[in-house]
Amino acid sequence: MLEDISQKLESALKKIRGQGKLSEKNISDSIREIRRVLLDADVNYKVAKDFIEKVSQKALGTDVLSSITPGQLITKIIYDELTELLGSSNQELKLNPNGPTIILVVGLQGSGKTTFCGKLAKKFLANGRKPLLVACDIYRPAAIQQLKILGEQVKVPVFSIEEKDARKIAKDSIQFAKEKNCDTIIIDTAGRLHVDEEMMVEVVDIKQIVNPTEILFVVDSMTGQDAVNSAKAFNDKVNFDGIVLTKLDGDSKGGCALSIRAVVGKPIKYSSNGEKLDSIEAFFPERLASRILGKGDVISLVEKAQANFDEDEATKLEEKLKKNKFDFDDFLRQIRMIKKMGSLSSLLSMMPGVGNNMKNANIDDKALVKVEAIISSMTMKERRDPKVLNGSRRLRIAKGSGTSIQDVNRLLKQFGEMQSMVKKMNQKGFFNNMLNNKKLNFN
Amino acid sequence: MNLLNKRRMKLFKNFNFDKLKTGLTKTRQKLFDKISETFTGKAVVDDELIDQVEEILVSSDIGIDLTDKIIDDAKKNFKDEKDRSPQVFINQLKKSLSKYVIGSQEKVVEFDSTKKPYVILIVGVNGAGKTTTIGKLALNYRKSGLKVLICAADTFRAAANEQLDVWAERAGVKIIMKGKNADPSSVAYESVQYAIDNNYDIVLIDTAGRLQTKTNLMEELNKLNRVVKKKLEHAPNETLLVIDGNTGQNGLQQAKEFSKFVNISGLIITKLDGTAKGGIVFQISSQIDVPIKYIGVGEGIEDLQDFDINQFVDAIFNK
Repeated sequence: MLEDISQKLESALKKIRGQGKLSEKNISDSIREIRRVLLDADVNYKVAKDFIEKVSQKALGTDVLSSITPGQLITKIIYDELTELLGSSNQELKLNPNGPTIILVVGLQGSGKTTFCGKLAKKFLANGRKPLLVACDIYRPAAIQQLKILGEQVKVPVFSIEEKDARKIAKDSIQFAKEKNCDTIIIDTAGRLHVDEEMMVEVVDIKQIVNPTEILFVVDSMTGQDAVNSAKAFNDKVNFDGIVLTKLDGDSKGGCALSIRAVVGKPIKYSSNGEKLDSIEAFFPERLASRILGKGDVISLVEKAQANFDEDEATKLEEKLKKNKFDFDDFLRQIRMIKKMGSLSSLLSMMPGVGNNMKNANIDDKALVKVEAIISSMTMKERRDPKVLNGSRRLRIAKGSGTSIQDVNRLLKQFGEMQSMVKKMNQKGFFNNMLNNKKLNFN
Repeated sequence: MNLLNKRRMKLFKNFNFDKLKTGLTKTRQKLFDKISETFTGKAVVDDELIDQVEEILVSSDIGIDLTDKIIDDAKKNFKDEKDRSPQVFINQLKKSLSKYVIGSQEKVVEFDSTKKPYVILIVGVNGAGKTTTIGKLALNYRKSGLKVLICAADTFRAAANEQLDVWAERAGVKIIMKGKNADPSSVAYESVQYAIDNNYDIVLIDTAGRLQTKTNLMEELNKLNRVVKKKLEHAPNETLLVIDGNTGQNGLQQAKEFSKFVNISGLIITKLDGTAKGGIVFQISSQIDVPIKYIGVGEGIEDLQDFDINQFVDAIFNK
């Protein structure tokens, strides 16, 4: 996650907040610190310099006598500048209204192109389109096999032929898509170095042959200063339409996104956050800027929840909570829903305030697996009425779930506490309020 | 086998150093031009010059803190120099830069033939180039006359087995694979057993790419390490962390986190045939105190070279 840069920026910002007014002098101290923060985050040297210049100019030109504190003022200016650099609005993927939409995926070796192609195919399929994956990486051993496996996993056909020329594969895939009635063609290309002239010619040729609706440049978020060079070279050759930022589920600060955005001026369209095939998200510049400033990623969390949280399920749950009938079956359903939404730790880290506090807490997603196993080993009757769980039943459950009797007891105790908490909340009318408040309800 | 009777032996030569040079000098040419320009008509180290040197170093992913240190060092030593020519300042910069790997350099362990099979565990984040590197290592070891076994313990990524299988075939060595989603530790265990039973010299264990923040995957690696050790006490003899040469400051994070779960004994820096400078290795090497063993300079099976600090630093600054 991008918490480190947030922390450092915050410490830089605190200095400013502690001071009464923005003067040229106290701004210059903070600005210098922010510059270091950016460089530490892999923002390109020149981009960082530009950024700093803009920020200081704006900060100095602003009336600091207004009602806001200097800290708020500089936070806002930095946020605005960051957002501006990252692109000021969300950029949707273009679709071709008059024929198949063709998406060409390019990038350096190991940036995550093939995995991204699988994710994109899955997304299109979920949106009711008919995608086709095309395996044009004829160089890396088993790259075609990898795409085929991914295609199988997401239930999307993969086009590949025994062929020594990627151009021919790309060309033939268009006809194949027509025959199979596929409306969206995703072409996975080999990873290549921007200085490899022969390979760059190949990708330019493929572009000319298939005339793609969109060309996406995939970049590893851990990339350092050289990101500007590779991105610029790819952009000069194929004039790509958008950027895909991968491996954002690590702790890289993602500063290269800022650099690339600044140098090629193309929007970042997706961010990719994991090895699961649905860990792909539209990219929202404001959020990355917010995340950098440690404000958490509330919108992202809410949206993620929305996509996965079955509305009926939610209403049912509320009713049960209201009537105090929340049982182990409901609990199990909740756990599975959380798992669908991603890992517990990634969910938590997106919540403002939590990001910093939980950093060292080391949330163990395995704990959920244990709980799930224990509940799964209960009979229906036991799930509905935990009171029947005597010693021998507990022992059976522990054995059946591969846990210890202590684990079972702990869960039962926690569940009991949860039920009594729900009872208290009901007495205070919490859930009545919740039902009336649609915002809380993910509706 | 006479080779194996030697207690320690050097396995690698620089196969084609020119390739590293071409790769590294492509932009280092620009870099040097910059420095030359910088020095034209200047006899003193002023702020403008320092800014330019700072840009050059930071742009190499050396990191701003280390850049400051290196410049301070060089400035200090430059003061005592009588000859204030560009070359002298460059030499000072090189010297202070070299310090950040030189200490560790002495620790480079060469293959130890008394420990057999010699087990090498390869770890790293996704897309760093682990599998390709193993293919190259296998070929080089086999060429040195050793009996090499590859163990496919990346049982997670789609087609990882198939990819490694192709490399094993290219290198002409035996590979042990199990089905997808098999327990990586059990594949490693069986491979080591097989190597013991069949008198292999070297076992190269490929592992799945994992981001250092994924605690459960890091634990899995730690388990694999334990299981291998249980089977063969001196194993793994080496654990090499593969770092993509394009990596920025996160590289240090990677090295630190992996070190918590396995005992990193060396680094391999890949993809140095592009324009990325791989400067993060200075921080990594000095902070976790491990040597850089090899560098990758291409996709060909022979594009793996010994790391040489002088050549590396020279390539950063020289034409």
